[in-house]
Amino acid sequence: MSEPRGSESPEHARHPATGGGLGPVGEAWSGLPPIVRRLLPLGVVLALALAYPYIVSDLRGFGVAGDFFPQLSSVVIILVFTMMAVGLNVVVGYCGLLDLGYVAFYAAGAYTAGWLASGHFQQVNFHLGSVGISSEAAGIHISLFLVLLLAGVFTAAAGIVIGLPTLRLRGDYLAIVTLGFGEIIPQVVRNGDDFGGFNATNGTFGINPIDSPGFGTSLSDAVGLPASFQQSFQRERLFYWSILALILFTVFCCVRLRDSRLGRAWIAIREDETAAAAMGIPLMRTKTWAYAIGAFFGGIAGAFYASFKSGAFPSDFFFNISVFLLCMVILGGLGSVWGVVAGGVLLGWLNVEGLAVLGSKFNDAAGTNIEIAKYQFGIYGAIIVVMMLFRPTGLIPEQRRKRELEEGVHDESLYEVSK
Amino acid sequence: MATQRGTGLPSRLDALLRRPRPRVVSLVGLALVGVLAVWLLVNLVKNPQDFFTVFLIGLTTGTVYALAALGYTLVYGILQLINFAHGDVFALSGLFASTMILTVFELTEESAAIVIVLGLLATTLVVIAFGATVNAVIERVAYRRLLAAPRVTLLIAAVGMSFLVQNIALAIYDVNFRRVPELIPRSNVFSIGGVNYQWNKLSVILITVPVLLALIWLVSSTRQGKAMRATAQNPDAAAMVGIDVARTISFTFALAGALAGIGALLFLLQFNIRYDTGFELGLIAFTAAVLGGIGNLTGAVLGAVTIGLIQAFNEGLSWYTPGSDWTRSIVFGVLIAILVFRPQGLLGEQTPDRA
Repeated sequence: MSEPRGSESPEHARHPATGGGLGPVGEAWSGLPPIVRRLLPLGVVLALALAYPYIVSDLRGFGVAGDFFPQLSSVVIILVFTMMAVGLNVVVGYCGLLDLGYVAFYAAGAYTAGWLASGHFQQVNFHLGSVGISSEAAGIHISLFLVLLLAGVFTAAAGIVIGLPTLRLRGDYLAIVTLGFGEIIPQVVRNGDDFGGFNATNGTFGINPIDSPGFGTSLSDAVGLPASFQQSFQRERLFYWSILALILFTVFCCVRLRDSRLGRAWIAIREDETAAAAMGIPLMRTKTWAYAIGAFFGGIAGAFYASFKSGAFPSDFFFNISVFLLCMVILGGLGSVWGVVAGGVLLGWLNVEGLAVLGSKFNDAAGTNIEIAKYQFGIYGAIIVVMMLFRPTGLIPEQRRKRELEEGVHDESLYEVSK
Repeated sequence: MATQRGTGLPSRLDALLRRPRPRVVSLVGLALVGVLAVWLLVNLVKNPQDFFTVFLIGLTTGTVYALAALGYTLVYGILQLINFAHGDVFALSGLFASTMILTVFELTEESAAIVIVLGLLATTLVVIAFGATVNAVIERVAYRRLLAAPRVTLLIAAVGMSFLVQNIALAIYDVNFRRVPELIPRSNVFSIGGVNYQWNKLSVILITVPVLLALIWLVSSTRQGKAMRATAQNPDAAAMVGIDVARTISFTFALAGALAGIGALLFLLQFNIRYDTGFELGLIAFTAAVLGGIGNLTGAVLGAVTIGLIQAFNEGLSWYTPGSDWTRSIVFGVLIAILVFRPQGLLGEQTPDRA
């Protein structure tokens, strides 16, 4: 076995953590107060993100480099998937439960939006703060902001129901069972147009249109808030800022959760389940919480995306999405919230626009004609394998997990293999 | 206290009362099995001809699944790893077999019988070598470095590998389904009361059964098999008594790949195949392995046949049958039910908790 601890050379010890040998910029940086050092990068990224809608058209005009800046509507999709990845990180990264069926929560969220904010149930007529549609329209129309919350709660409940029978299984069995649920739920959705004559999901046609978020005409007239996002001239900007706010909310929750009693219990379970149980952590309850909270964010993201697309279709939910989200988490760094955000944005961009752009540039340069986008999941698979082999901590490692991997605090290894 | 309560009662009744009560979970499980039995019985009575026809179809499909399920169970037995890439190796081997049959040997329905037999025999040998090599290479490239890492790392690498192999198949064979001509005749072996059984179905069983017997002999009676069992039981102790653990693991992967190769050829002769066939098939095969009790060879075969039958009954019977739209849900429903109600599987030796 290689000895990672050998890297603790004396020279290394003289320059702990920050600073040492980074030149004048590094010196100045380490001279700043810690709070500034912590918040400055976040503030810069946030400012850029907030301003992105105003500068995107200029950026895209920058000749060759301009193609690498995604359109605003693509950014909304990227951020939706990033939000799901941050939610998945709670389950996989914090608690160490490999969930291969996260797409089920996405589906649950999207269909909650479909049920509670569309004309799908023609037999009833229920309005609660709906915007942008006639108040006589049949179906259930609840304000989308409320629906997001309800979708989160419903999906969390679904997570608990899925979790209860399966969370007592360890590791790999859980992976395959979650995968099973990730396959069952889309099939139920696809075939759910006739449960003894009751049309629950409208089958392969999906549910559309789904209502838009918005503040209604009275608030719009009074304080100028947008009445309905879909009908606004600034549709994409409004959705963009909303998902940005949702991501920030998710990240905030996840960071705070990580440092909470519950979060420490999750990490204890990840590091050593038996030891955690011996220290009095109730395994089932703690794992179920991880599952429910991960599902909560997935449900909100799913409902938001359904509203953005104005529809929920069974063809959106397939296994590959679960692996795609897992790949975001792994690339960014299991357990590292900022890493997952970075990994999510990067892979999301590759998925929505990047691969097509890179592919056409490659084909132009090399004179070939390869459809790179066709092999996207092969590329994600390769990323997963390479990351696991060479950098299992991810791009931005979580400190604790890094130590865990380096010092070998984990399940008993099977044996040591001579290289 | 129990004796206090028991005094005054006749001793047999007392024993009955103090008998350990079955848990609610196992009662629910038994009820589910009961419902299944009733459903099968009603279908049998209503239309026996369909029932037996479907039964034979399920038996054949299940036998093919068995070859894939054995690959999962062998690898799981030795590494406690769900080798997600196994199904994709299966599909890739099947596609490779189609190249051998169509392009290299150019077999058609009109070829002479001796040419077909020799051609299929040669294809079998080549595909076995192919599957074994691919699987062993995957182990060497992706898994070996991770054997000492946390288990979830290995599992995630296996998921990634699955996608990689699938896309290699996509790059070589594109998205179209591949099929081969009917090399084995569809004439009836027997036809009793309207229930027909064809040679092409029987051939699957005629090939699989000797392979299974050879496998069981290999694992239980040879030196290599002993090394495999020792490594599965305790790798550290196995290494201590001089077993080359890394080599044994490689051998196990190669063996699993070889079985996948044979299975893929049989699958190709029955159905058509394309780059992503392995995904669903792998899930079914894994379910079969779990159903039988993972790590248990006989169990894997039993589980695979059961899953094959469940699938065939679901798609072929008529009385209150969900139909093929629901096959995937039903297979996974079985998997989840097994893990909830009987985690050690039908013949299980290992429980998930132990893993």
